[in-house]
Amino acid sequence: MLKDELQAIGSKALEELQSVSDQKLLDNLRIQYLGKKGSLTTILKQMKDLSAEERPAVGKLANEVRSNIEQAISKRTEELKKLELEHRLRTEAIDVTMPGKPKKLGSRHPISSTLDDLEEIFLGMGFSIAEGPEVEYDYYNFEALNIPKDHPARDDQDTFYINDNILLRTQTSPVQVRTMQSQKPPIRIIAPGRVYRSDAVDATHSPLFHQVEGLVVDKGITFADLKGTLETFIKRLYGEDSVVRFRPHHFPFTEPSAEVDVQCFNCHGKGCRLCKGEGWIEILGCGMVHPKVLSNCGIDPEEYSGFAFGIGLERIAMRKYNIDDMRLCYENDVRFLEQF
Amino acid sequence: MNLSKRWLKEFVDLPEMPLRQFTEAITLSGSKVESWHTEGEEISKVVVGKVLSLEKHPDSDHLWITKTTVNEKEEPLQIVTGAQNLHIGDYVPVALHGSTLPGGKKIKKGKLRGVESNGMLCGITELGLTTHDFPSTIEDGIMVLTEQDGCKLQLGMDIREALGYNDTIVEFEITSNRPDCFSVIGLSREAAATFQLPLKLHTPQVKGGAGDCTGLLDVKIEAPDLCPIYTNRVIQNVRVKPSPLWMRERLRAMGVRPINNIVDITNYVMLEYGQPMHAFDLRSVEDRTIRVRRAKSGEIIKTLDGVEHTLTDKQLVIADSKKPMAIAGVMGGENSGIMDDTTTIVFESACFKGSSVRTTARDQGMRTEASGRYEKGLDSNNCIPAVNRACELVEMLDAGDVMDGILIDDHSDKEKHRIRFEPEWTNRFLHTDISADEMKKILVKLECEFDGDDIAVPTFRPDLVHKADIAEEIARYYGYNKIQSKKLPGGAEGVITEKQHFMRNVNRTMLALGADEIMTYSFFSPKSYDKILMPQDSPLRKSVTLRNPLGEDTSIMRTTALPSMLEVLARNYNNRNPEACLYELAGEYIPTEPDKLPIEKTSLVCGMYGEDYDFSTAKGILEELLRHLDLTDWDIAACSDAYSFHPGRCAKLTAGEDTLGVIGEIHPNVLENFSIGTRAYVFILDTAVLQNHAVAARVFKPLPKFPAVSRDLALICDADTPVLELEKAIQRGTGKLLEHISVFDVYRGKQITLGKKSVALSIVLRSAAATLTDEQINGAVNKAIKELEKIGAVLRS
Repeated sequence: MLKDELQAIGSKALEELQSVSDQKLLDNLRIQYLGKKGSLTTILKQMKDLSAEERPAVGKLANEVRSNIEQAISKRTEELKKLELEHRLRTEAIDVTMPGKPKKLGSRHPISSTLDDLEEIFLGMGFSIAEGPEVEYDYYNFEALNIPKDHPARDDQDTFYINDNILLRTQTSPVQVRTMQSQKPPIRIIAPGRVYRSDAVDATHSPLFHQVEGLVVDKGITFADLKGTLETFIKRLYGEDSVVRFRPHHFPFTEPSAEVDVQCFNCHGKGCRLCKGEGWIEILGCGMVHPKVLSNCGIDPEEYSGFAFGIGLERIAMRKYNIDDMRLCYENDVRFLEQF
Repeated sequence: MNLSKRWLKEFVDLPEMPLRQFTEAITLSGSKVESWHTEGEEISKVVVGKVLSLEKHPDSDHLWITKTTVNEKEEPLQIVTGAQNLHIGDYVPVALHGSTLPGGKKIKKGKLRGVESNGMLCGITELGLTTHDFPSTIEDGIMVLTEQDGCKLQLGMDIREALGYNDTIVEFEITSNRPDCFSVIGLSREAAATFQLPLKLHTPQVKGGAGDCTGLLDVKIEAPDLCPIYTNRVIQNVRVKPSPLWMRERLRAMGVRPINNIVDITNYVMLEYGQPMHAFDLRSVEDRTIRVRRAKSGEIIKTLDGVEHTLTDKQLVIADSKKPMAIAGVMGGENSGIMDDTTTIVFESACFKGSSVRTTARDQGMRTEASGRYEKGLDSNNCIPAVNRACELVEMLDAGDVMDGILIDDHSDKEKHRIRFEPEWTNRFLHTDISADEMKKILVKLECEFDGDDIAVPTFRPDLVHKADIAEEIARYYGYNKIQSKKLPGGAEGVITEKQHFMRNVNRTMLALGADEIMTYSFFSPKSYDKILMPQDSPLRKSVTLRNPLGEDTSIMRTTALPSMLEVLARNYNNRNPEACLYELAGEYIPTEPDKLPIEKTSLVCGMYGEDYDFSTAKGILEELLRHLDLTDWDIAACSDAYSFHPGRCAKLTAGEDTLGVIGEIHPNVLENFSIGTRAYVFILDTAVLQNHAVAARVFKPLPKFPAVSRDLALICDADTPVLELEKAIQRGTGKLLEHISVFDVYRGKQITLGKKSVALSIVLRSAAATLTDEQINGAVNKAIKELEKIGAVLRS
């Protein structure tokens, strides 16, 4: 009797479970069958009326029924969860092509970011970074560099003067002089910074611009070291396949002096508009430090030798980013700045 | 410096080669070619023709119908022209059908008022030439070719060849150490050395015969320190006329306009020898006396260009017994110029000290072709050959009768500079293996002489002083690019200083906070201080001032970078950019003593405007920056006396005892001065103070093990009590347990007594040692409330 009832409850419960469609109804069903006052519990309470022989068999059956129902409930729970999640995912779809909420990062100025590139290259080559004043003594900017007063080379660099002895540095070379006077060789530095020349503003000139100069002084430094160092620099900057040439030039503070050209990236030397038909683009000026400059700085030119170079940062930056007008760099329009 | 290739070939037998090969080679040996062009390269299919007939156009009162032949074997061409200067038999330039003229103008056959015209007869300007180049021609009409002008009258000949208008001109960049290269001979010497060819120098031959000139003038240098040599030669019976075509051609190619034979000769010699020449009228020399002397202070001369100059006693003049006749090396005086009735002229060829000419030209505000050459330092040994060359040309051109002899006062040093020849040192220095013989060969080519172990340097090479200079000569002719490159020895460490490291951190943080980096000029106008309402007596108005600025706008070095930032904000605002958030690590230059350098400071200036920006966003950026830079001891206080800022929206920032900077909304009057039509916010920090107060190293705090509790407090306090004071009171009350305070509401208005405000704060308490008990929490909160009461803030009931 009891057995039949148990079996009936069991199959009814399993049947009802199949049609349950949400978690709440499922919970109700559990209580209805398995709760303290549930139908299965009620039946089990009648077990005490059974004879000792019947009890084990019924007990076993009761446990089977309970376990079947429990298993079915847990299976149905899983199914419902899965259905629910599927539903949620379906309804939560969004238009992923909508623009994102802006989270703005600032833009590094193109001249600074070019300087960052250069500094990284030279730091990697064992150069340290030296700094010095922009308002400078004539002595450091010119005289110590073998450019006495009335030297014609002073005309090459139209200078802003504060008074007869103080000026706005026209190059960062005074930093080299200061370094040589305060530090014994070996010296391996770059000196980046602002320099000033009285050039009227146009697309390629500015009364203020930036230079990165470099200096190496040690025993036995030769023209070959100069060449090797600058070739390495240019290849790091413009790629391993860059073609570099050294062309004689004149600077009062170096001897021999050179300008360094890189073969035009655009026409590979044939001559085009970018390189003004020359096939080469001038990158920097350099040379072996003039023995007079070394002795002016208290370094014995018979014992030590060195080389120096100077790079115009604006030109490198303008070429890197294809900027055709230097004025843009100092106007600071955000539509310009935010391109970098 | 321009160089005519035709002229160059007079001195060097250059083999035929592509021009590019020439320019590359000479550039790599040290004479940099800037550009080159060939005369008349835009002209095509323009030939010499001859006018056979002229007929009036039936339908025009000014047009002519010509029959012009360009080839005797063919039918003459019918060409219509509007020119009125033609005659039958004239030789003219004929632009044939399909020809091109300078400026890209194309000529095609067509009809002019119904009459067929098979091309065009050209005027001189249409060919890109001037009447100076061909003195018999007129500007308004057809160019008539004449033998007198040196034209080749050969039918059908390309007009460029017929006119000699086909020279190639190479433009060189000459460095300031090579005054010798400002001449055809100097560049020819470089070309000869580059291509290993002989340099064909020529010694001028003067016949003379017009009597002895010695005694005609008494020439004396009174300032031998400024003038080592002065020479004159005299020409009688001057016959002024146009120069021959070959001379005009060369002058034109070098960019000098032909004038007449005498002027052209002086220019020709200057270009060829690099030696400026001056010519003056013998009649103008008072007492037949020439003195090269320092001017008397206040002495006046009117130069050839009609300008009067007041001289100083540092400036050198060429004078006669009474008056200055020329500013030495710069320009001649009007009083001694060549006139139409001049019969006897004096050529002057002299050498002046470069620095003296340079300062004189600069101070008198007149740089001339001559002064530009003198100031680089010319070779005194060049004066005599040059003046002789001028006389030779006078005879060649039949421009006058040259008198015998040369008037001269010579104090020049004839001794050649000597440098020891050290081939081993040179090889070490260059890292080369060049034989001593090869080095000698190079140097000899450059006219150096060898005397035992010494190199005697030619006097036209004042740049060769040191053995390093000799190394350069050897290197550039051996070939810079043949020298094997070498890597620097390793072992060096590239390090950056603490300051550089700190600045990098500032940059990174500002960028991460969304500010764009700007770069502004370090100089501006003194008016910038007015624009930011800086008081007249502010010490910051004392600025480093440029003696020779480009203009007032860039005349002083800034003592504050605020105006620079505001200029940029204004530019962005006026360019209709809706918002901007910018920063600069800006140099500021604080004067010290007149003969000392200023102090150079770096300020961090951050400025912004736009819908998303207000005081609190600016302060948010500032706070996050300071947090990131590990500044813990900074403080902020309202400040109503920062002149550039809104008095009610500005705060001073301090770090310990130091002034760190200022933050605020820009004063409406300042905004107006900069034409910024919206509110703008700026903070300025002194980076040195920032760096000094930044905590060197961060120390990790363990993550909390015990829970936090939060309590909200609604307070009523005086409306002008700063929230910071409330926070500080809570801090005092809760002590170590306080983890965080946030303000979530500030309210003034209904329900609150006038003059009071309601502030709602949330405080978070936590202990690192244990879970807080209610007792502890209430104790701390009550203490905080007591502290708050002390500053007049009470719990809102």
